Amino acid sequence: MGLGAYLCVSAALLVIGIALMLARRNILYVLMGLELILNAANINFVAFARFSASPLDGRMFAIFVIILAAAEAAVALAIILHVVQLFHSVKPSAVDRLRE
Amino acid sequence: MNSSKPFAALFAAALIASLGAGAWWAGAMGAAFGLFALLTIGGGLICLFERSVVRSAFALLSTFLGTSGLFLLLGSDFLAMAQVLIYVGGILALLLFGVMLTPPDLGERRLPRVFAALVAAAAVVGLAVWRCADVAAFRRAGALEAPRSDAEVIGVAFLDPTQYLVPFELAAVFLTVALVAAVYIARRRSIDPDSKAAP
Amino acid sequence: MPLPDFDPTTDFTLLGVAALLPLVAAVLCWVVGRRLPGGGGFLGTLATGVAAAIGLFLFGHALHQSGAGGEPFRWFSREHGLSFDVLASRADAPGPSLPFGILYDGLGSAMFAVVTTISFLVHLYSIGYMREDPRRHVYFGNIGLFTTAMLGLVLADNLLLLFVCWELMGFASWLLIGHYAHDPLSPRRELSARAATKAFLTTRIGDVCLLLALGMLYSHYGTLELSQLWRVVGEEVGRNSGVFPEWLLWTGMLILVGVIGKSAQFPLHGWLPDAMEGPTPVSAMIHAATMVAAGVFLLGRSYPLLAPAVLDTAAVVGAFTAIFAATVASAQNGIKAVLAWSTISQLGFMVAAVGLGGVVAGMFHMVTHAFFKACLFLSAGSVIHGSANEHDLSRMGGLRKSMPITFACMALATMAIAGVPLFAGFYSKDAILQVAFERAAVDHGGPGMFASIALPVAAAFTSFYMFRLLFLAFFGAPRTAHQAHESHWTLLVPLIVLAALSVVGGHLWVATPMDLFAHDVQPWFRELVSLTSLYGTPAVGVIHGIDPDQSRAIHSSALAVSIAAAGLGLVIAWLVYVRNARTPSPSERKSHALSRAAASSYHMDQLAHAVVVAPVRSLARLCAGVDRHLVDGAVVGGGWAARLAGLLSAAFDRVVVDGAVNALGALVALCGSLLRLLQTGRIQQYAAFALIGGIAAAAWLILSP
Repeated sequence: MGLGAYLCVSAALLVIGIALMLARRNILYVLMGLELILNAANINFVAFARFSASPLDGRMFAIFVIILAAAEAAVALAIILHVVQLFHSVKPSAVDRLRE
Repeated sequence: MNSSKPFAALFAAALIASLGAGAWWAGAMGAAFGLFALLTIGGGLICLFERSVVRSAFALLSTFLGTSGLFLLLGSDFLAMAQVLIYVGGILALLLFGVMLTPPDLGERRLPRVFAALVAAAAVVGLAVWRCADVAAFRRAGALEAPRSDAEVIGVAFLDPTQYLVPFELAAVFLTVALVAAVYIARRRSIDPDSKAAP
Repeated sequence: MPLPDFDPTTDFTLLGVAALLPLVAAVLCWVVGRRLPGGGGFLGTLATGVAAAIGLFLFGHALHQSGAGGEPFRWFSREHGLSFDVLASRADAPGPSLPFGILYDGLGSAMFAVVTTISFLVHLYSIGYMREDPRRHVYFGNIGLFTTAMLGLVLADNLLLLFVCWELMGFASWLLIGHYAHDPLSPRRELSARAATKAFLTTRIGDVCLLLALGMLYSHYGTLELSQLWRVVGEEVGRNSGVFPEWLLWTGMLILVGVIGKSAQFPLHGWLPDAMEGPTPVSAMIHAATMVAAGVFLLGRSYPLLAPAVLDTAAVVGAFTAIFAATVASAQNGIKAVLAWSTISQLGFMVAAVGLGGVVAGMFHMVTHAFFKACLFLSAGSVIHGSANEHDLSRMGGLRKSMPITFACMALATMAIAGVPLFAGFYSKDAILQVAFERAAVDHGGPGMFASIALPVAAAFTSFYMFRLLFLAFFGAPRTAHQAHESHWTLLVPLIVLAALSVVGGHLWVATPMDLFAHDVQPWFRELVSLTSLYGTPAVGVIHGIDPDQSRAIHSSALAVSIAAAGLGLVIAWLVYVRNARTPSPSERKSHALSRAAASSYHMDQLAHAVVVAPVRSLARLCAGVDRHLVDGAVVGGGWAARLAGLLSAAFDRVVVDGAVNALGALVALCGSLLRLLQTGRIQQYAAFALIGGIAAAAWLILSP
């Protein structure tokens, strides 16, 4: 198993995460896509850490990413609930108060 | 895609294919990699293409588990466990709560958009990968060392002032702040979206 | 009785006074005449009486002077220092000068006497004739002005003074013809006005040509003095061996046109019959004796300046007019109309005479014509006055018994005009015929031949229509119920005097009445008004190539022809109107086409109207239209153009300038609205844009070398 395989997986997961964020008409999918992207980044970090001289650094970074992802997911969900309550819709296109 | 019979057949086929390909390439490790890769990417694809939000959320479970498995294959058992604990136990649960608390969505019908986004993203990423990933350079001479459990190493690193103590403490503070913030934001109150009263 | 010697200064002063006295009387009549008894008529009569006395007295002087032999009688006041310079240039700054002076020669003396005498008689006549007219003071003023103008013309020694008096006479004639136009009670008011205007405008044509001729003469010779003109023209023609230069020929033609206009020759004759709208004394004075004779007088004065072609033209025109007018007169029913056409015919005789070379004969006929035509007109006035304003011959008749004196005078004058032997007209007409026959004999054709045929025929017609008039008016049974009465003495005295002159006028020509051939003794007039006395050279106008025997034979034949013509006319008239007692009635007039055509003067008036008046009127309308549409249109169009320019400018400002400004604003707004499309408020689109931006940056970083 070379590094490349893991990088490919990571890349594929990144692509899917971006697609989720951009293309799905539900705010929750945006959050899901965000998590997938973070996961892809984590896979990258750990894969490079495995094949590098100092594996600890990569893994530490991955841990911090996980921490941040968790915190971010909590706050994001709070905001999402608030927004959905205000705009009475789960579609991101409903939140267009800032449009001209 | 919602009828189970073709889905089951597809899944079975994919499983066999990935296992087979992995095994052919790198033996047992390869088969395991194939399995976990399938879980990861398969879950993502299902999440992408599934019409129902709940089902998409559960597809994420597969992704997270797959990722955890990949972490294991990469010799980091602590990360694998942390992944499962936090992502599946925390974030996924959160997501599911969110799904439950939001009004149901009728689902979408337009999927070409999705494909377009996929293609675009794939193009970008593929470009980067093509240019950057001269992965041969990363293949070290000699064999990789056998993986060891790194929980102890990580724990020590967290508490060592010369290593990652400060970021660790900061992360704790950060988590506390995030917790308080989330609670504050999501508190129950009745609000008129168009009133000028500050929440 | 021995007459005192001539003193030129005294005589010229007397002449000047005599010429200006009627003007003084005229001004007085105009200004204060209304308050004077008789409307100031006696003033004018007095003035012209004095002038006539002076004129006759000086005429006697002239006769005496010429009879004394030696050099011919011709005086220029300028030579005696009596002249009035119009341009008044100072002696030390010499420039062009136009001195007005007096030329008094035989012809002038005769004309002066005739004009003053007839004017005096007409004034006397008018006192009675115009007794009931409320505007008689104006009338007397006008006649006085006219008299002065005519006398000025007769005495003028240069053509410019002559022309000034010519125009003044035309003006006075217009005033007089249109006399009844100012009378609000007169039913013929409009006709009077129109007749006056027609007379003025028709003679105007001639006046314009005359002025052009004067201009040409002045521009070539630098002078308009008659004596100088005669001399230089004679020299120039003599240098070219008798050939006139082309411009001088055309100048002569222009002068001839002026004569044709003033003397009512064809084709400018139409005004004279219409001028009968004026009071009868006016017709007598102006249109018989004086004004129309001014044209012939001018011919006489300018004779050396006229080329042979001009003279031939004059002869043909005059002869044609004579016969043409005579035929028309034969078909007229109005008593004054017959006399008017008769005047035209007799003027044709005079013009033809001068044109054929018989200057003296023509002048003499002018003098005798003045006598008998004035007498005829005044008699006609008496008839009209006595018949309660009746003009139409068909309604007269038998006036011989009720107006005997008038009848007698008219009969004498008729015999004179008809050319009955021993009367004045006989001699003058015979002289003219002789001239015509001599020219025909010399030329073997041409104008002489034409005149030799036309003039006797015209004479026959003359006799016919005059006796016709006499028989219709005075003979037969009265055709109207009104009882005519004889006129007042103020009307009759002039008649008698003029009738007497018509009888004895021939004595001016011949010393003894029976001397028909007039060879043996000194005839007064012929000596007074000889060619030598007129122009200073004997060669002018003499018909060459006639030897005495041939002349005598021609004279005999002329005599015979004239007597035959007179007799023929008288006989035919007597037969038709006395023997058969035919009376012209309106229906009878219509029955004969020729007489009808003649009566309407061969539709000349309609022709003149169509040829001259109508085109001029349409030209005037065209000019008015041009002015209204083009000129005013141009002005209005200019205004429109300015307004259009203003509109265009405003539109330009609005569209282009403001448009540019607005377009900038619109461009900015467009850009804004385009950029606004990016601001959708949708986070997924923002994320997509961020992704694209990130792709671009990454691609650049990755792909750049």
